[in-house]
Amino acid sequence: MKSNVLLQAAEVSLRDGDKVLLDTIDLSIKKREIVTIIGPNGAGKTTLLNLLLGLRKPSSGQVHRHNNCRIGYMPQKIQLNPLLPLNVEHFLSLVDTRSSTLKADINTALTRTGVADLINTDMTRLSGGEVQRVLLARALLRKPNLLVLDEPVQGVDLKGQDQLYKLISEIRDELGCGVLMVSHDLHLVMASTDNVICLNQHICCHGHPESVSNHPAYIELFGNSISHVAAYTHHHDHDHNLHGEVCEATFEEKE
Amino acid sequence: MIDFLWLALMAGTGVALVAAPLGSFVVWQRLAYFGDTLAHASLLGIAFSLLLTINIQLAIIVSCLCVALILVLLQTQRQLPSDTLLGIISHSSLALGLILVSVFDTGRLDLTLYLIGDILSTSQNDVIMILIVLAIVSLLTWKFWKHLLAITVNEQLAQVEGVPVKKVRFLLLFMLALVIAVAIKVVGVLLITALLIIPAAAARYLSKSPIQMVFIGGLLGCLSVYAGLASSFYWDTPAGPSIVASASGLFMLSLLIKRYST
Repeated sequence: MKSNVLLQAAEVSLRDGDKVLLDTIDLSIKKREIVTIIGPNGAGKTTLLNLLLGLRKPSSGQVHRHNNCRIGYMPQKIQLNPLLPLNVEHFLSLVDTRSSTLKADINTALTRTGVADLINTDMTRLSGGEVQRVLLARALLRKPNLLVLDEPVQGVDLKGQDQLYKLISEIRDELGCGVLMVSHDLHLVMASTDNVICLNQHICCHGHPESVSNHPAYIELFGNSISHVAAYTHHHDHDHNLHGEVCEATFEEKE
Repeated sequence: MIDFLWLALMAGTGVALVAAPLGSFVVWQRLAYFGDTLAHASLLGIAFSLLLTINIQLAIIVSCLCVALILVLLQTQRQLPSDTLLGIISHSSLALGLILVSVFDTGRLDLTLYLIGDILSTSQNDVIMILIVLAIVSLLTWKFWKHLLAITVNEQLAQVEGVPVKKVRFLLLFMLALVIAVAIKVVGVLLITALLIIPAAAARYLSKSPIQMVFIGGLLGCLSVYAGLASSFYWDTPAGPSIVASASGLFMLSLLIKRYST
């Protein structure tokens, strides 16, 4: 395994009885690289992540992890029991690090993801976007060199999605970590991804986002129509942060 | 005061305290039905202890642990939903236990005492046993608190972050089996889950953190025991059910406090 490869899957397959869930998957994530797995519902995206994370064992093939690969993981969603009184700080302190500066680290991570003022809020009172940012903060607390994000923008509105993807690529630049994420919308992640893997039980096609979006296998899977629908955009002279306050315009308009 | 009442008070306090952390985890992880199943299975343990003339509490602990293991193994299969599985094991072990006890009992065992508890006949040995379990459970909970809480919040996240999820889950079930074994003396097989979950649920409305919930739950559990014993002493009501009824009263009270304080 090359030294700049963090995680590698070699001919990984998973079967459940007769059903093939994943068929001979080969992929690798290098340092500083953002790899996005896209695919329709039931394509096996989360299953593949679970295999790569070691949460499930493949039926055949192997997953190699670099010796000092530290994974920061953000699950698709977490269901918290309302009978468990847990605020954001307490939730984050459950991360299993031996850091003696955990309290300061928590503040730093929450500031980085833009939700520092929620530190004393009950976890069950957070909105979808806030939960995602808190989960991202928890992944950062592990000081990862590989971030694994399962549908990081789930339950977040379009604008928030854009901000979140931007945040993820900024974090990649700051930490120099690799990023592996799952998404079901190629066009949203296009700007912030280096490599796209189009999955439907097997890898249909992969490569640079531009080339994947024109690949016949991709078009067959998602239909041609998507690429022709232009998102409606108009120009703002100001922007809103997560709490709805007006701030300087930060996000670039797309064509 | 009379000796037997002192012993009952000590046993009740010990069980209420040991039930508090486990009760909280039972509530958080939705294990109430699981607790019921273990409790019902303990009746099988009682039957075997009669059959083999071994120590009853030891037999209960062993049978609870066996059932816990079987459940963990069976839950990985996907043919039967978990609640159906628990229902089958819970009620068949209860039925089998009742049959075995009545067949092998030679008249020295009053089954109702096991079904609804017999705190007023607590012996010194019982109290010692309860204190030992209290010490073990407190120590283990304190040592593994962070891991226990991490798997409660999200098992996958915990596993990726390096928590030995399976071991911690087994630890929880092991402690649950211990607590059930000693709590049978106080409230009986049928009401154990109540003593686990009602004080914990009541404590939820009065606490802001998981640790607070455990301590307030312990306090409410003790109060329920004292109120139940007092009622049993003055009005001659059965002790175990009185303890559970008091706990329910406290639960209602905490609901009201929550309602009128916000």
